Amino acid sequence: MNDPEHTDEAEWVRQCQRGEKEAYGSLVKKYMRRAYFCALGFVGSHEDALDLSQEAFSRGFAAIQTFDPNKRFFTWYYQILRNLCLNFLRHRKLEVVTMSVVLEEEEVKLEPATEELSADAQLERAELRAMLWKALWELELEDRELIVARDLLGTSYKTLADLLDCPLGTVMSRLYHARRRLRKRMERST
Amino acid sequence: MAEFSEREKHLLMRAIDGELTEEERREFEALLTANESFLDEWRSFKQVKEVTMTMKFKEPAGETWDRYWAGVYARMERGLAWLLISLGGAVVVGFALYQAFLQFLQDTSIPLLLKIALGVLAVGLAVLLISVMREKWNTWKTDKYKGVVR
Repeated sequence: MNDPEHTDEAEWVRQCQRGEKEAYGSLVKKYMRRAYFCALGFVGSHEDALDLSQEAFSRGFAAIQTFDPNKRFFTWYYQILRNLCLNFLRHRKLEVVTMSVVLEEEEVKLEPATEELSADAQLERAELRAMLWKALWELELEDRELIVARDLLGTSYKTLADLLDCPLGTVMSRLYHARRRLRKRMERST
Repeated sequence: MAEFSEREKHLLMRAIDGELTEEERREFEALLTANESFLDEWRSFKQVKEVTMTMKFKEPAGETWDRYWAGVYARMERGLAWLLISLGGAVVVGFALYQAFLQFLQDTSIPLLLKIALGVLAVGLAVLLISVMREKWNTWKTDKYKGVVR
């Protein structure tokens, strides 16, 4: 890969592999927002998303020697984060805390992308985002993961294919079904 | 409910996300004209997209990002501390067990049968441990996700 951004990243990874923690700080600072929002899409609460994304970075550093610097760091990190979030959700299910309880306990973590709206439009948007948030949490995790990554975080198809380790065509097919199920949930709410 | 081909599904998604090439756009528009259920599907997907595209995640307070790296760093340090504690603990416990085992064998007041039984038990545990470790090693060698920390 020849892009300069990736060259920097590969150099940081090599420095980390020589034990330079500050270089890892550069990687963390580059990806912390994306990591946090991905985790938020999985678990739905600010505190848990913060905790899990930081823990995944910490585990990433512990395993950095196994990482190939020529590959994308975030794609590798995402697998660690995803597994941590899945384990967390599995554990939460064992503790008999259902998604409906999570919904009651957690405030809606979405806001309009544009600020300049009339009072009526703001009210309508507030209702829409509450509906969207609820519908998202009624989806299967795999569907929610895709919709969050594509629609809320703007992840490209190519990156999605890398993150999910599947061909581009599969990403589009899965997205089609996920959006269809989201649409059904939203129709049911109206 | 109308079923669409994989190609049609892909075109719908690429159109929704503004990823169509010129050639795909022509193909997509021809489908919209020729197939009414495809047009309905497109309209309803567009409605959902209109909702999702106006939303984004709430940005947490600014200090969250200021403290983020410090939080990760603290975890990394704690990870190292736990590793050292575990390694040191394993050596101490191993040595204590070895000493206790030697004393047990050297104690003449303990019947020989009990010593033999303990020896057999120790060999059994060692075989079990080796077997489990070998199985883990074989699983690890063939695990395509071995680079990923679980």
